[in-house]
Amino acid sequence: MHSFWLRANAILTFSITILAFMCAMASVSDCFNSASPSAQIQITNINWFQKQRNGNEEVSLTMNITADLQSLFTWNTKQVFVFVAAEYRTPKNAVNQVSLWDAIIPAKEQAKFRVQTVNKYRFINQGSNLRGKDLNLTLHWHVMPKAGMMFADKLVIPGYRLPKEYR
Amino acid sequence: MGWIGDTVDSIKSIQVRQLLTQGVSLGMIVTSALIIWKALMCFTGSESPVVVVLSGSMEPGFKRGDILFLHMSNDPIRTGEIVVFNVDGREIPIVHRVIKVHERQETGEVEVLTKGDNNYGDDRLLYAQGQLWLQRHHIMGRAVGFLPYVGWVTIIMTEKPIIKYILIGALGLLVITSKD
Repeated sequence: MHSFWLRANAILTFSITILAFMCAMASVSDCFNSASPSAQIQITNINWFQKQRNGNEEVSLTMNITADLQSLFTWNTKQVFVFVAAEYRTPKNAVNQVSLWDAIIPAKEQAKFRVQTVNKYRFINQGSNLRGKDLNLTLHWHVMPKAGMMFADKLVIPGYRLPKEYR
Repeated sequence: MGWIGDTVDSIKSIQVRQLLTQGVSLGMIVTSALIIWKALMCFTGSESPVVVVLSGSMEPGFKRGDILFLHMSNDPIRTGEIVVFNVDGREIPIVHRVIKVHERQETGEVEVLTKGDNNYGDDRLLYAQGQLWLQRHHIMGRAVGFLPYVGWVTIIMTEKPIIKYILIGALGLLVITSKD
């Protein structure tokens, strides 16, 4: 029980076990965090709303996004990925979710923000029945830890409507 | 010098029964590792329950060398989920985030677009020629957990195979020359 290799082997096994245990504990500590994030989204302007030649419609809009996600951060949080998606139904598709804007929040200080932006990704519908359509704008957040389980949740904000005519 | 002499002596003094016993115990170790891997595949419902991140397209969330734990369920695929998918014709799976979902009313078939967090554009450039969307059968699993740095061992062994041969050679030597 005294050779160099046996001792090195024992130290290595023990340290890996301890590391694995610490990662598991770090992950478990995230369960005790009760988060209470809040957000508001306003569509300040529909810049344009056109039908393309292939029959699909495209919308460009400007949004004002205000959110406070500071309560999601724990000591085991590496970053929070936040994005806003437009969700709606059409006769052809039961579910449509189109991501309009996203951002990475690396630290708690930047988790309370206000942003005015044009949609980062093109909002293209499969088909042409978006006129006058009701939408939900959902703010999703995805908490990515330094080690362990990731979890995601969302805040659904209903009540938006696209214009009845193209412009 | 004495160590080399001892090694040569122990190789000369090998008995057949002892060698066979060692061979069987090595086989037992290898097969139990295989059993654990297959059980993980069954448990998580995914073909490869653990993947190593190879590129920086999801930084700063996932860096090269991190490992991801995957899980596949029949739940519908929704935006924001980090999925691992195979493109026809490419053998290395890609781990990116879903940014668009269109699910058909009657059939429930789904069309999905993905993008790496650190990439400027979406993944249409990575899909097969003429493919605009991913379908459910392309997707191998969702990333549910992650551990940093552990995947570097796999990356080093894949990119410099000489290290793999050295390691296996050293292990083989240890097995042969060990006294039990």
